Amino acid sequence: MYRRMRRIRTFEDRAEEVHRNGEIPGTCHTSQGQEGEIVGACMALRLDDYMVGNHRSHGHPIGKGAKLDGLMAELLARKTGVCSGKGGSMHLADFSVGSLGETSIVGSGIPVAAGAALGAKMQGLDRVSLCFFGDGASNEGTFHEGINMAANWKLPVIFLCENNGYAVSTPIGTTAAVENIADRAAGYGIPGVVVDGQDVLAVYEVVSEAVHRARAGEGPTLVEAKTYRYLDHAANMGRDLGYRTDDEVAQWRATRDPIALFDKRITTDMGIKEADLREIDDEVLKEVDAALDFARSSPFPDAEEAFSDVYGDRLAAVA
Amino acid sequence: MASKTFLEAIRDAQYEEMARDPAVFVMGEDVESNMFGTFSGLMEEFGPDRGRNTPIAEAGMTGVAIGAAMVGMRPIVDYTMAPFLYPAFDQIISMAAKTRYLYGGQSGVPVVLRSNMIYGNGNSAQHSDRPYSMFMNMPGLNIIVPSSAYEMKGLLKTAIRNNDPVLSFEDVALWSSKSEIPEEEYLIPFGVADIKREGEDVTIFAIGAMVNLALAAAEELAKEGVSCEVVDPRTVAPLDRAAILKSARKTGRFVAVDCSFEACSAASEVCALVAEQAFWDLRGPVKRVTTMNTHIPFSPPMEKQLYPSVEKVIDAVRYTLA
Repeated sequence: MYRRMRRIRTFEDRAEEVHRNGEIPGTCHTSQGQEGEIVGACMALRLDDYMVGNHRSHGHPIGKGAKLDGLMAELLARKTGVCSGKGGSMHLADFSVGSLGETSIVGSGIPVAAGAALGAKMQGLDRVSLCFFGDGASNEGTFHEGINMAANWKLPVIFLCENNGYAVSTPIGTTAAVENIADRAAGYGIPGVVVDGQDVLAVYEVVSEAVHRARAGEGPTLVEAKTYRYLDHAANMGRDLGYRTDDEVAQWRATRDPIALFDKRITTDMGIKEADLREIDDEVLKEVDAALDFARSSPFPDAEEAFSDVYGDRLAAVA
Repeated sequence: MASKTFLEAIRDAQYEEMARDPAVFVMGEDVESNMFGTFSGLMEEFGPDRGRNTPIAEAGMTGVAIGAAMVGMRPIVDYTMAPFLYPAFDQIISMAAKTRYLYGGQSGVPVVLRSNMIYGNGNSAQHSDRPYSMFMNMPGLNIIVPSSAYEMKGLLKTAIRNNDPVLSFEDVALWSSKSEIPEEEYLIPFGVADIKREGEDVTIFAIGAMVNLALAAAEELAKEGVSCEVVDPRTVAPLDRAAILKSARKTGRFVAVDCSFEACSAASEVCALVAEQAFWDLRGPVKRVTTMNTHIPFSPPMEKQLYPSVEKVIDAVRYTLA
């Protein structure tokens, strides 16, 4: 748990640096500060369970257990990336660990996650589907349609709202009349649970309960993790949008950091040695650097690969 | 051979594919009540798990179908009328069309999105669209526009077996039309046009129900000694460019009949293709026959004039001969 959170933090710190020096094309949305809810939710799943995420796409597959090499290579637009250089920072996916794709149109993944759960159910598999989305996505029509269908068909889905307080720059309190996004669960006849997203164990417990319900055929749960992102919506947004103060960010970093909180808890209450955690930090740093070396030494895709994977089997369709 | 209607062809294709492959299921609005007769006997045979009524939630049901398809199912989604695709536009474009590509081929999205086109019947602007051309502008989609019961069955079976999204646009004007359907199974490949009538003087490219107009026009023109070749693309994505160019080069004259609105229509696309690539073989200007660029009004005297007709096709052929 600690290792996975540290992996996300170190991976994204490094990605941000590399983005700044121009090695990552396009935009780069990072999730530093949100590692607790990501890892707490993902670790409540099995490897063969499904997960769908959003444009803030790096943490989710790492949380689900994806190897870092292919993820970093994707960010650096290389042929060896998990999406062969076609998806980039907002669209990571690693089907080998159940990561069915991060999608950058806000709210678009919500019904898709419900569909993966329907597929599992129809195939008689006891897999569940975890859907990450932000507070902003909870105002989309797909939130209503996807959750309603999942609730109605009792699909094994965990809808996890990562409420980091801001839809890009707009505070959620100015666009939603409910105090908690989880309150909306009542409208679908499913449980809605609010949890402290900075407390990885609390998230793990809440999501584990939701997973248990889902596997037992009792349907979906809406979990709202209250969390915070340290950096702006996306890297290189340009000017300061002025929607929050530096002091607010500093407060969260200093007092509510999910990794620091967990570090303190396990060293104080659970007898984990400080030195062991620093060893994990070193190992993770090496792992991330190795992933970056792998990415840098990988070739870019050939220009003609722009035309592959548009269709799978046009010729096979002729049958 | 058995004589079957267009609607029976849809029903039979779905039934046969559901019997063949347990991953195939239907979902959509008013599926259980078998509203148009395309689900006759399906509920009884395959049960409610594989014949699912959805809420009126087009974006949601499309996304659910996409997710199920990504994990190995083969959903057929029934939207009833084609304009009801619009609330699902983002799911069709951002998710169905792009998932295979975005994730580097890790997954396809084998969904069939069925809708019917009802126009010319006083249903006004929001219920009368023929929107297949809009979707031609987006890579990653297959689009079938069957011109008869025979085509409908063969194309729909191919669609259900295809590993990528397929939009099926079914013209209500053809619903009760009949074809002789072979007893044995057949599939119609995508991207292979069918020459519905051979001719020497003018090529008439026609889509879906427009094929019947083209054939009627060709029959009339034959009386005057004008020999028309009628080309039915059967699928507008993929589009059989080679067959279109071959016919245009042979006859040297090209008319495209398409019930879309004119701007950026399928007719516009094939006329551009012919003008670009067969220009030196042309003996006259290319000509489109499409639906006039205004919204579809309610009152019949306003509505009826807007669509392609046999007379308009004949006039277009004469234009290319002038």
